[in-house]
Amino acid sequence: MELCDIPAYELSLLLRQRQISAEEVTRACLERIAAVDGRSGALDAGSLTPEDEQKVHAFITITRERALNQARTVDQKLAAGEDPGLLAGIPFTTKDIFSVRGTPSTAASRILANYTAPYTATPVARMEAAGAVMLGKVNLDEFTYGSSNESTAFQPAPRNPWNPAHVPGGSSGGSASSVAAGEAALSLGTDTAGSIRQPAAFCGVVGVKPTYGRVSRYGLIAFGSSLDCPGPVARNVVDAALMLQTIAGADPRDSTAAKVPVPDYLAQLEGGVKGLRIGLSPDYFRIAFPDPQTGEYREQSLPMDIESPVLRAAEVLASLGAEIVEDVPMPNTRYGIPAYFVISRVEAASNLHRYDGVKYGYRTRQPIDDLTKLYRQTRNEGFGLQPKLRILMGMYVSAAQYSAQYYQRALRVRTLIRRDFEQAFDRSGKHRLDALLTPTTPTTAFKMGAVYGDSVLMQYADQLTVPANHAGIPGLSLPGGLDADRLPVGIQLLGPDFSEDVLLRIGRAYELATETEDWRKVKPMVLR
Amino acid sequence: MSDSIDRDTFDHLVGLAALELDQQQADYLLRELNNQLKAIRELAAIPLDESVPASLHGVPYASAVSPELRADVWQPHPNPEEIIAQAPDTRDGYIVVPDIPHTTLE
Repeated sequence: MELCDIPAYELSLLLRQRQISAEEVTRACLERIAAVDGRSGALDAGSLTPEDEQKVHAFITITRERALNQARTVDQKLAAGEDPGLLAGIPFTTKDIFSVRGTPSTAASRILANYTAPYTATPVARMEAAGAVMLGKVNLDEFTYGSSNESTAFQPAPRNPWNPAHVPGGSSGGSASSVAAGEAALSLGTDTAGSIRQPAAFCGVVGVKPTYGRVSRYGLIAFGSSLDCPGPVARNVVDAALMLQTIAGADPRDSTAAKVPVPDYLAQLEGGVKGLRIGLSPDYFRIAFPDPQTGEYREQSLPMDIESPVLRAAEVLASLGAEIVEDVPMPNTRYGIPAYFVISRVEAASNLHRYDGVKYGYRTRQPIDDLTKLYRQTRNEGFGLQPKLRILMGMYVSAAQYSAQYYQRALRVRTLIRRDFEQAFDRSGKHRLDALLTPTTPTTAFKMGAVYGDSVLMQYADQLTVPANHAGIPGLSLPGGLDADRLPVGIQLLGPDFSEDVLLRIGRAYELATETEDWRKVKPMVLR
Repeated sequence: MSDSIDRDTFDHLVGLAALELDQQQADYLLRELNNQLKAIRELAAIPLDESVPASLHGVPYASAVSPELRADVWQPHPNPEEIIAQAPDTRDGYIVVPDIPHTTLE
């Protein structure tokens, strides 16, 4: 096994035993990037070559020298016998929606393509303070607006390492694909409707959407401020726990970062699932979506390839001593996307008004003699179609004459979605769940171009993940097997506020119990 | 609920959003907006008791969770020039913009 394929926790032990150096690890990752990533995302990238179609394209910016310098610092500390930090020498990538001082921080948009961040986001600062080595900034849907990565202004868009003809998911597609392809052990992503969990599921890696407030949003370029959650992408649950340990906790720079103490996620990680109550809900085994032709709502059960790994995981957990509770009603699940279409757009429109060609970022090069025209021309040239769509919808549903029927109503539906979870997790209620076990996504990774352009169908890729964002609760996506086309299937665990420790413990139990199964031996296509 | 966004309403929104669109973009965006509205219309079918309050966020901001607000005191930035340097056009530490049009408030 090459160094870049070794998970973070094991790397950390080898580094501390001085069997390997941080610089060797970093170089191994840089070599892997050179071998599989192809050209990095760029504006006006021209058409795709046949070679492009075989590569991963996770990156927008590779911070090679910065990474090597960080690695050498870790090696010096190790040599001097100093404590180099929890993640010393562990290579990671950062979704390019986080500001990192001195690096282009683009949000995958033309409007921020020339922006160099003057400060560093708290989760990145915490990774680096713990000795982790940042290899670069990875691609995403423009401003995170998508579930496939295809909307990035920096093309070629990332591709799925399991089959580069398929999307890696989104919006943290660069994060998930870089981790799956062994380009980095860890990645920092964000999840607003499923943007960590869905690409993690599509790329066969672990993704954690922490409780809202568990991880600081300081330095995160905002999309939906009441929904955005930074979180880890990793190759296994131990690594995800290590990373969450590092980035979680209160932050004086984010008044929504909760002051709830951070538990020791690693100490209890292998404590098992005996006695835990894990629920299954029929409302997570069907999807409802508007027919593309008629607009009528249709309900459909999930494909067997998606359903079976979840039911099998329930059996595995039951055999380990968990109590499986069936038929938990989650009746408002189906309203997650309609409510999200309203709430997230209002927040996005508000957050995007700051991009005006005046203070930073892109300004039109047309000769313009009037400030209003400057705003319009700059925003027209700087934003792609997906940001424009979100701004317009946000303006519409929050307009005074429509707000009661759309925005206010969506916020009340959000209350119902939260209540579903409160009732399922209620300690004195009927179900008393510690966690709900569901599929992460309604399908495995779809083909590039198959959905892109249809903004409604694309949004429904998040149907099983978005309720957790409305409710604020934590979610974990784990690899659960492969479908008939050998594409990864994700299973999801959802729990009460700040129960990441329990979700990680369940995930780890499942991971250990299935460690030797054949599907775990299959490698992504780009590594075969 | 109103059925769809017509062209006039759309043009008004484009102005409010400080955008300027070519015909092809406008056609795509108007179509997608109306398709999304069909999905949003599902919200109208949900029985909502008068007592159901709005949730602006999922996790309640209880005192056990929310940090105290920090004191509202002025803190100088260590290097304001670095911030100003990000602006597309500056002169003598000021950000330069074209003429600000005169508008009369009604």
